[in-house]
Amino acid sequence: MTLSCIAAFAPLVGAILAGFLGWKLGRAFSHSVTILSVAISFAASAAAFWQVLHGASLNQEVYTWMAGDGWRLQVGFLVDRLTVTMMCVVTFVSLMVHVYTIGYMADDPGYQRFFSYISLFTFSMMMLVMANNFLQLFFGWEAVGLVSYLLIGFWFTRPTAIYANLKAFLVNRVGDFGFLLGIGFIFAAFGTLDYAPVFQRAAEFGATTIESLGGAHFLTVVCVCLFIGAMGKSAQFPLHVWLPDSMEGPTPISALIHAATMVTAGIFMVARMSPLFELSQAALSFVVIIGAITCFFMALIAITQYDIKRVVAYSTLSQLGYMTMALGAGAYSVAIFHLMTHAFFKAVLFLGAGSVIIAMHHEQDMRKMGGLWRYMPITYATVLIGALANAGIPPFAGFFSKDSIVEALHVSTTPGAHFAWILALAGIFVSGLYSFRLVFFAFHGKPRFEAGHEGHEGHEGHEVKGAEKKSHAAEEPHHEEMHGPPHETPWVVTLPLILLAIPSLVIGALTIQPMLYGGWFDGAIVRTETMEEMAKEFHGWWAMVVHAFTSLPLYLALGGVATAWYFFIFRPEAAGRMRERMKFFVNILDRKYGFDDFNDWFFAGGARKVGTGLWSWGDKTIIDGIMVNGTARLIGWFAGRARRMQTGYIYHYAFTMIFSVAALLAFFWAFLGKY
Amino acid sequence: MIPLSHSLVLGAMLFAIGVVGIFLNRKNLIILLMAIELMLLAVNMNFIAFSHHMGDLAGQVFVFFILTVAAAESAIGLAILVALFRNLRSINVDDLGTLKG
Repeated sequence: MTLSCIAAFAPLVGAILAGFLGWKLGRAFSHSVTILSVAISFAASAAAFWQVLHGASLNQEVYTWMAGDGWRLQVGFLVDRLTVTMMCVVTFVSLMVHVYTIGYMADDPGYQRFFSYISLFTFSMMMLVMANNFLQLFFGWEAVGLVSYLLIGFWFTRPTAIYANLKAFLVNRVGDFGFLLGIGFIFAAFGTLDYAPVFQRAAEFGATTIESLGGAHFLTVVCVCLFIGAMGKSAQFPLHVWLPDSMEGPTPISALIHAATMVTAGIFMVARMSPLFELSQAALSFVVIIGAITCFFMALIAITQYDIKRVVAYSTLSQLGYMTMALGAGAYSVAIFHLMTHAFFKAVLFLGAGSVIIAMHHEQDMRKMGGLWRYMPITYATVLIGALANAGIPPFAGFFSKDSIVEALHVSTTPGAHFAWILALAGIFVSGLYSFRLVFFAFHGKPRFEAGHEGHEGHEGHEVKGAEKKSHAAEEPHHEEMHGPPHETPWVVTLPLILLAIPSLVIGALTIQPMLYGGWFDGAIVRTETMEEMAKEFHGWWAMVVHAFTSLPLYLALGGVATAWYFFIFRPEAAGRMRERMKFFVNILDRKYGFDDFNDWFFAGGARKVGTGLWSWGDKTIIDGIMVNGTARLIGWFAGRARRMQTGYIYHYAFTMIFSVAALLAFFWAFLGKY
Repeated sequence: MIPLSHSLVLGAMLFAIGVVGIFLNRKNLIILLMAIELMLLAVNMNFIAFSHHMGDLAGQVFVFFILTVAAAESAIGLAILVALFRNLRSINVDDLGTLKG
């Protein structure tokens, strides 16, 4: 109990101290206090992990927030095996990112603010994963969304950053709306928002239907609503559009929030809700198909991007798609397993990309890199590990999780899983291709940076699209004194890289047995048929590695790597020719299937049009024109008529009087009797 | 014995003359006042006629009161007229169109 409180609230304390006192107490104070607080949080999480490992678990309320007739809303912690896994991953990656930030943000004027935000993020994420009820989950959900918004727009003088954070916020609102609806359904049906009673009684609603929705299956509706929330947060098709743009934020938060932790909140949530999702085949089918589409099509975009961070961002989308597919296939623990390995290797990739960006004086275009491996060996080695893990080459961590997902899709009985399986296999090839395209493009080949670094003015016009345009040179702190060939980054940058690369290398092999087949998640995640099927096939991690050499996925991954090698090392000119030949497809990919254009045109443009319409028609015409000014005009018109009667001639008045008297008399005489 | 109808016809004629006087006169405010006075007298005529016819003196007493008040009224009217003339140098009815909307 105390441990959980410390784990959750230590980062909050750090965030408050750095946020409110940072300007006074300086940079060193800010990073020390936040790093210390997150380190405490990590230590507490590790201790909790240890306790849970030895059989303890906790489901306790801390504070009653609100109570009413028959319902109570509270803040409470549920610390079981799923939670501690997430706690350790979150706090560890967060700690690494805190350390890394010292190097990355060294010259930024918003140093203290940045540390305050990332600590606040850690707190929010901890509240999210440790929640024992839906309301607290929602609190954490929105809090991480808020911090994400703040951090994407961290460089708030850049128009592109403002555009990106607004976009992220709005797209997430769409998802949150579904999520909130799902929570509302649950509250209406169960009368409580605590996990335990809801999961216990979920089966009672197995046959319930909602008449007002055309007799839809109740649990399917709930699960789809909840999953829409997950689609927003975990950037699943078609709500993925915000994630690539979120790369406008500083790289450390791209690693922490938009790759390792926050975007996986949706995956975590669905895994947490596995007792509900297991009861609805249709919802699982929806999940698996959305995951498959995201996984494959987003991976394709990664191939055509030149911005190093965007390549990694699309790769994140694709990996999130893998996790979602695993959820849909009923292999929840595999999804969490991939979440964990992905958190490590994607953090490595992002932080490595950030390290390159530092070395390149905040240049993100891969066309201006090349041959960097000689200059920054540590970054190169760690990124290579990350890329190998991302591509799913054994025995790196990504291999185990990704291969398990493919296996899960293969044995799953969820409708649509077969379709997803095909896309997942294709996705493995593409993962290999884009991961190694990044490695070869940035780290191998001829150095292209001298030529590209001549003048910043030149590259302004060189950028392709307005929305992606980065004018780092103008807004970011200059590294004037560092001009010259790139060199290895300081230890605060490389140390986290190394510490994250180690788990990227080994954690898959170490944990696959206990996590997937050893019953680690029993009691937290429902054990499904898919998992039972997979357990029959599993004979230890080494057997899995050996088996990989006789199966398709590995060759697909290697094929991807080889293709990347062919196009970017062996025959660099072939890449250009290929681009020329496949112009049509490249164009589609460059425009990201037109989602951004469509959203800008339909949703943003449509909303503006509706707004303009309501303003000009509803407000100006109806309210101002007819109701406010209309009343005045009507009275004016009437008065204008009435004034004609006031001729100013006495005889007219006299005549009116006499005539009226006569008329009145005639009236009385005619209608009222005999007088 | 003059029949009631004769008196009433006289009253009506006087009244009509007053009304026509108001309408036809476009020039002089004094004539206007006189026409109004004539209409008032026509009403008095009716009072007297009915009083005589019904043998009730109250009607004739009323006429006395009305004539008294009418005298005061005319005095005020003429005073206003004088004041108006001093201000506008005109008592032409057509010139007095300030109330025109």
